[in-house]
Amino acid sequence: MNKMQKKVATVYSQVEISSGIFDLWLSEEEIANSAQPGQFIGVYCNQDSRLLPRPISICEIDEVQGRIRIVYRVVGGGTNEISHFNKDDKITILGPLGNGFTLNNRTSVLIAGGIGIPPMLELAKQLQGDKHIILGYRSETFLVEELSKYGKVYIATEDGSAGTKGNVVDILRTLSIKMDDIYACGPKPMLKAVKDYAIANKVDAQLSVEEKMACGIGACLGCVCKTKDNEGNIVRKRVCKDGPVFKAEEVEL
Amino acid sequence: MNLSVKIANVELKNPVTTASGTFGSGKEYNEFVDLNQLGGIITKGVSNIPWVGNETPRVAETYGGMMNAVGLQNPGIEKFIQNDLSFLQGFETKVIVNVCGKTIEDYCDVVRRLADQPVHMLEINISCPNVKEGGLAFGTDAAMIEKVTKEVKKYAKQPIIMKLSPNVTDIAEMAKAAEAGGADAISLINTLLGMKIDIHKRQFGVANKVGGISGPAIKPIAVRMVYQVAKAVKLPIIGLGGIMTGEDAIEFLMAGATAISVGTANFANPTATIDVLNGIEEFMNKYGIKDINEIIGCM
Repeated sequence: MNKMQKKVATVYSQVEISSGIFDLWLSEEEIANSAQPGQFIGVYCNQDSRLLPRPISICEIDEVQGRIRIVYRVVGGGTNEISHFNKDDKITILGPLGNGFTLNNRTSVLIAGGIGIPPMLELAKQLQGDKHIILGYRSETFLVEELSKYGKVYIATEDGSAGTKGNVVDILRTLSIKMDDIYACGPKPMLKAVKDYAIANKVDAQLSVEEKMACGIGACLGCVCKTKDNEGNIVRKRVCKDGPVFKAEEVEL
Repeated sequence: MNLSVKIANVELKNPVTTASGTFGSGKEYNEFVDLNQLGGIITKGVSNIPWVGNETPRVAETYGGMMNAVGLQNPGIEKFIQNDLSFLQGFETKVIVNVCGKTIEDYCDVVRRLADQPVHMLEINISCPNVKEGGLAFGTDAAMIEKVTKEVKKYAKQPIIMKLSPNVTDIAEMAKAAEAGGADAISLINTLLGMKIDIHKRQFGVANKVGGISGPAIKPIAVRMVYQVAKAVKLPIIGLGGIMTGEDAIEFLMAGATAISVGTANFANPTATIDVLNGIEEFMNKYGIKDINEIIGCM
């Protein structure tokens, strides 16, 4: 496994690409060179009162320029502080963290909702084979054009303002393709529906799970999720260290 | 320069240890720091049988700190001996195992099992606010503290450190009870019981509703309690609560702690333990202190 490191990164660019959704490119060569799709970084705030790193998934990796990109939603004081960083500002990050997706390079469905969409970009870039990309939004869309470069994109919105009205799992159920793999990231109810679909249809699925974290490196046991071992016993695994990507049949949602 | 200190005849090469529950058994931090440089590693709490811990969310950030309600998830003593103790044997540091339980018998089971194991000291966790039985219930009643201490001392082959809860009216009374029960040392403070509410979602910050607050926000309370306990008992003290820097550590030593633990700082900075150690040395250099023992309890 690649080595995680704590590094001071430099902000290369930051823009708001949708209401409350920010797109931040960070220059940090070593982390960029070892990061894999589906991994995440811990982003530290500069304010002393905010101790813990914010876990944010890696959206894109530029090994040539030594940069990584995160696309995140402002949900509180910490992410709000991060959203105010400007070009050339210094920002401490920890990463790459966790285990990313296993790329099987067969006919794939990438399915994601809301702020679960960003990690699909680097995955779509690196993954070989036919790709069907299902994206779910409340209303405003983002990253659609970029993802369209790597596969056929389907969109669902809750209010019907773009694509079909409804959710991503409705689209998944109506896809008339022979799929080998599903890669998913999004809210828990979505992941649960994807898991049920994958098991019922005997499709291999990898789910990227989210949980509140403290350390991000496997020490605090804050971010556990329930998994089943081979004998069917419930085992609590760490989302940060053992995940965030789990096999559908393994993780209990 | 001498950094070594003694707790119950166990010599630590320096006063820096890790707070239980914030450092696992060191494996995760081995990628960031040289564990051989630490005075001691206090492990995550271990019970006689596996504990699954609480539901999530288990952690939430608070102003200048955090709240946790992990609930002492651990694999139980047998797996701990196999995996964690064997890992720790590879390092030149003192191994201090934190022991948790729901009944006095639970504590004694673990203490007995560890009697012939390569462990330098045992820390008895009578102060976890996140488990329904045991834990805090033992730590807030002086008579109970004395009783638990006496019982574990019957079976213990290693020195016993009683870890006190700050969720009491008179911390000195609790320390005296541990001393009367035959404790070899005292560590304090564990976390302060707190609550956080997400007003937008009308949800509690942690699933357990209440959790333990730690981090720099609670440091002045910890320093005060270390000072009060140092004046009340003769036992050596391991001080902890919000230590982020070497200067924070010095404050605890001056208040009367013989050693300190770095806790929540590990989550905010994975090299915090070594940074604190370097900070202590810098302070000693700055003031020409040749032996760390010169400043212990100087206030």
